[in-house]
Amino acid sequence: MAADGLRRTPLYDRHVALGAKMVGFGGFEMPVQYTGINDEHRAVRSAAGIFDVSHMGEFRLAGPGSLAFLQRVTINDVATLEVGQAQYSAMCYSDGGLVDDLLVYRRSDHYLLVVNAANIDQDFEWLQSNAAADYTLENISDQVALLAVQGPASRGIVAQVLGAELDTLEFYHCRETRVHGRDLLVSRTGYSGELGFELYTDPETAPRLWDDLLSAGEAVGLQPAGLGARDTLRLEMKYCLYGQDITAQTNPIEAGLGWITKLDKGKFIGSQALTRVKEEGPRRRLVAFVMQERAIPRPGYTILAGDAPVGRVTSGTQSPTLNQGIGLGYVDRPFAKAGSGLEIEIRGKRARAQVVKPPLVKGTSLLA
Amino acid sequence: MNIPTDLQYTKDHEWIRREDDLAVLGITDFAQGELGDIVFVEFPDVGATFKQGEVFGTVEAVKTVADLFMPVAGEVVEVNSGLEDAPEQVNSDPYGLGWMVKVRIADSSQLDDLMGASEYKELVA
Repeated sequence: MAADGLRRTPLYDRHVALGAKMVGFGGFEMPVQYTGINDEHRAVRSAAGIFDVSHMGEFRLAGPGSLAFLQRVTINDVATLEVGQAQYSAMCYSDGGLVDDLLVYRRSDHYLLVVNAANIDQDFEWLQSNAAADYTLENISDQVALLAVQGPASRGIVAQVLGAELDTLEFYHCRETRVHGRDLLVSRTGYSGELGFELYTDPETAPRLWDDLLSAGEAVGLQPAGLGARDTLRLEMKYCLYGQDITAQTNPIEAGLGWITKLDKGKFIGSQALTRVKEEGPRRRLVAFVMQERAIPRPGYTILAGDAPVGRVTSGTQSPTLNQGIGLGYVDRPFAKAGSGLEIEIRGKRARAQVVKPPLVKGTSLLA
Repeated sequence: MNIPTDLQYTKDHEWIRREDDLAVLGITDFAQGELGDIVFVEFPDVGATFKQGEVFGTVEAVKTVADLFMPVAGEVVEVNSGLEDAPEQVNSDPYGLGWMVKVRIADSSQLDDLMGASEYKELVA
């Protein structure tokens, strides 16, 4: 552990050796960039990038009561999940506010839950406080390192290093394999909007795997990419970031996560409140917008329609792909339609923005 | 990190080069490194006057935004319009092509408040 109380991933030394700029994020000391956010972002959109996302938390859930428990604590329908499949989901408080968003993997004899770094302890306590019968829940975050290889060239790189065929690994599916004599889980998931793979390994294997992937990818333009590019990439896709776009004060319906909110699967924590939101219609909606002039929206900025404040920016950046300011924010429902003209108040001035249908960047390799 | 010895510096990580009664300003190599990829510099109007320490513009990077503070009181006589199309020059050449504004110095005694290279080097060490 570093002096300032931040934890380090097994790849810390690799990042420092590559000259990364390190920052605190979710309680971990993480690389925000190596060569520059724009450069790394473009590498992922055009070739591939490798990310250390070992700060993410992992929980292992096993036992006959696992499915019933997951159906109660997550909002998506876990019953539809087949062995070897992953599901994007969320956990909600009884008032419908979000505890966290997560991935649920169904493995042959257990479930793997992947949660946000900043929420590991809080999620685990919340799950324990809602305990049911006949399962064991274990926080295995310290035993798991996670690498993400994302980009149109990712499949060839990962296949070469794992010595495995990945053409038949479908979107949101995972497969077990072995590397350096150790078990590894390869999953076709990510947070970039591109074709991509996430590799769950152990802390001892992670640095060797990182090196293998970097050297295998060098010829096709693979670059190490930091949290800065991870953020701009996910923003271009309107993927939510917990703590900004979704929080305990927002619900999944207004956040545009109605598609993972399976109100007809039976009762779950938050289902009553969310059914009411769905029936009445949310008061506001999380929208994606593009600036119509040279300006960059930032979290907290006020969104206006005419002279009236109608919302607030939750995430914003300069899109490295579009070369325009882009953002996400909650706006009152009448202004949430694609095409709506809004204004963002930036340091006392107003800049024009337009609501657009996500993703903001189209035609990526996601389903390639 | 590049800290030219012929410039003066502020604690806000700006540099200043005196050219007779004019001063050329920009942000330091350290500052551009901390900000990361710079995508937009918001300039004041030519002819605008500022007090020492007043905000005269902003630098937008992908990840963050930072105010620019006037190191010495004066009137803006020129802005670096080259940065409109190539703001990345602030990253690649902060003391050259990445300069930001030129001001007519109102009170040259304020230059005494600024740091020399060795003092600034200690600040960012």
